[in-house]
Amino acid sequence: MLLELVDVEVSYGAVTALRGVNLTVDAGEIVTLLGANGAGKTTTLRTISGLLKPRRGEIRLDGEPLSRIPPHRLVELGVAHAPEGRRIFPTMSVRENLLMGAFHNRRHVGEDLERVFALFPRLKERISQDGGTLSGGEQQMLAIGRALMSRPRLMLLDEPSMGLAPLVVRTIFEVISQINSEGVAVLLVEQNAAQALKIANRGYVLETGHVVLEGPAAELLADDRVRQAYLGEDVGEQPGIEPDTTVVTRVRKS
Amino acid sequence: MGFLDQFWQLTVDGLMSGSLYAVIALGYTLVYGVLQLINFAHSEVFMFGAFGGIFAARAVMGDGGDVPSGLASVGIVALGLGVGAICGATAAFCLERVAYRPLRKRNAPRLAYLISAIGASLFAVNLAGKMWERQNVTIETPFTNGEVFKLFGATVNTKTVVIFATAMAMLIMLDTLVARTRLGQSIRAVAQDRDTAVLMGVNVERVIVMTFVIGGLLAGAGGFLYAMTFSAAYNMGFIPGVKAFTAAVLGGIGNVRGAMLGGIVLGLVESYGGYLFDASYKDVIAFLVLVAILMIRPSGLLGEKLGRAA
Repeated sequence: MLLELVDVEVSYGAVTALRGVNLTVDAGEIVTLLGANGAGKTTTLRTISGLLKPRRGEIRLDGEPLSRIPPHRLVELGVAHAPEGRRIFPTMSVRENLLMGAFHNRRHVGEDLERVFALFPRLKERISQDGGTLSGGEQQMLAIGRALMSRPRLMLLDEPSMGLAPLVVRTIFEVISQINSEGVAVLLVEQNAAQALKIANRGYVLETGHVVLEGPAAELLADDRVRQAYLGEDVGEQPGIEPDTTVVTRVRKS
Repeated sequence: MGFLDQFWQLTVDGLMSGSLYAVIALGYTLVYGVLQLINFAHSEVFMFGAFGGIFAARAVMGDGGDVPSGLASVGIVALGLGVGAICGATAAFCLERVAYRPLRKRNAPRLAYLISAIGASLFAVNLAGKMWERQNVTIETPFTNGEVFKLFGATVNTKTVVIFATAMAMLIMLDTLVARTRLGQSIRAVAQDRDTAVLMGVNVERVIVMTFVIGGLLAGAGGFLYAMTFSAAYNMGFIPGVKAFTAAVLGGIGNVRGAMLGGIVLGLVESYGGYLFDASYKDVIAFLVLVAILMIRPSGLLGEKLGRAA
């Protein structure tokens, strides 16, 4: 098992954000994490990266607990995180942003830059431009490219399709599939459930800090509760997951 | 003599003191950039550097005797700068350990840092006062302070050249460090987005310590230059410290090139203003500048961000 979360509980002060999450990602898999706003998807990724400390439970990478690894060492262990909102360094150029991705290991920079530019030719055109001046889609490409520069085994992608035009979303999802086909495991947080489930092997549905559903992507795609709550389809009265209107409109738009 | 006759002389004097303000201002601006904290005890880092440099230079020169010349002069100035820088860096390192790191570990509120900074500053001033008996410590200038050249009729003497050239060399080194090295890259990353810097593998704690140390090296060397001109005293840090802080705000706090520009501008304004009104108004003018920027352009001349060349 590449990544394993066992009964992970996280809280912000008095507010509990994750209430005992169990989740695994195997080498080479794409696993998607679905759920409404505030369900705990971003919290899950930030906890894996060590930016948040779990109050209970354990996170293991290759079977080894991460609790004693300082967060900045995680990238050396092969985990790269493209965070929510892209978080591009605004006054660094595209090139400098990409170099930040290779901060811990400079050996293959030239080769890896070429690899990123092959995936996202747009970034090459913008190479000396400040990160903060890029469009949303370009910033997302840069965030993914920056994560790739560390040669990860596991990529954590937090809502890469957020706020992007449908055409750009398609490019992004194609690239995620391609990166995965080169052997990189992906844990993909998405509100765009339909697209995410199409490229994923498995999925989890989070609701108020619990995993309420999990299974192979094809099964989730066919599940009535998922279809109603996250794919915006009317399948009649169903108990279970609360529909989330923001998700529904977002999915319909694209 | 009118202002225009004196203009170039005032410019030369202003550039000299301005370059010193710039060197000290960098310490404020670097720490602010990574921690959003005004390190009010930075003026004491400057003071410890001054004492270290002066004592080292005095130990070599001995009391009285001939004014050193040639290589001996260069050696003594270099020694003073080096020891001053090391003392400044040590003071800044200890300051971070004792006054700020424990607060960070406890996620203390902003106000706690401010109080801790003021406390550390008072402690350091009084410690130095006790150690060095609240007296001015001076040295003979370790070189003959003659005229080197004339700039549009203004006399540029050796001391001015030494201070200005050293300060400029330090500014250029720092600018290169921030813009081109791996450490500089990590400093900029932490300043722009701390969490994302961690995700990229940056050890934020180490960057914070290094930021204090770099600021301390500069302020310590600057302290020696200052003390070589005037004298070293336990309370010498306050006025240059507040002025350097003014320079940092003037240029845009958190902005490295802004601090350099702010220092130079402040030095010039002070020099011109001191002539136009009266030399005793120098400090008044410096602080009027601070108040004026805060009212008119609070983000400073170059803005607050640790920019591209940051």
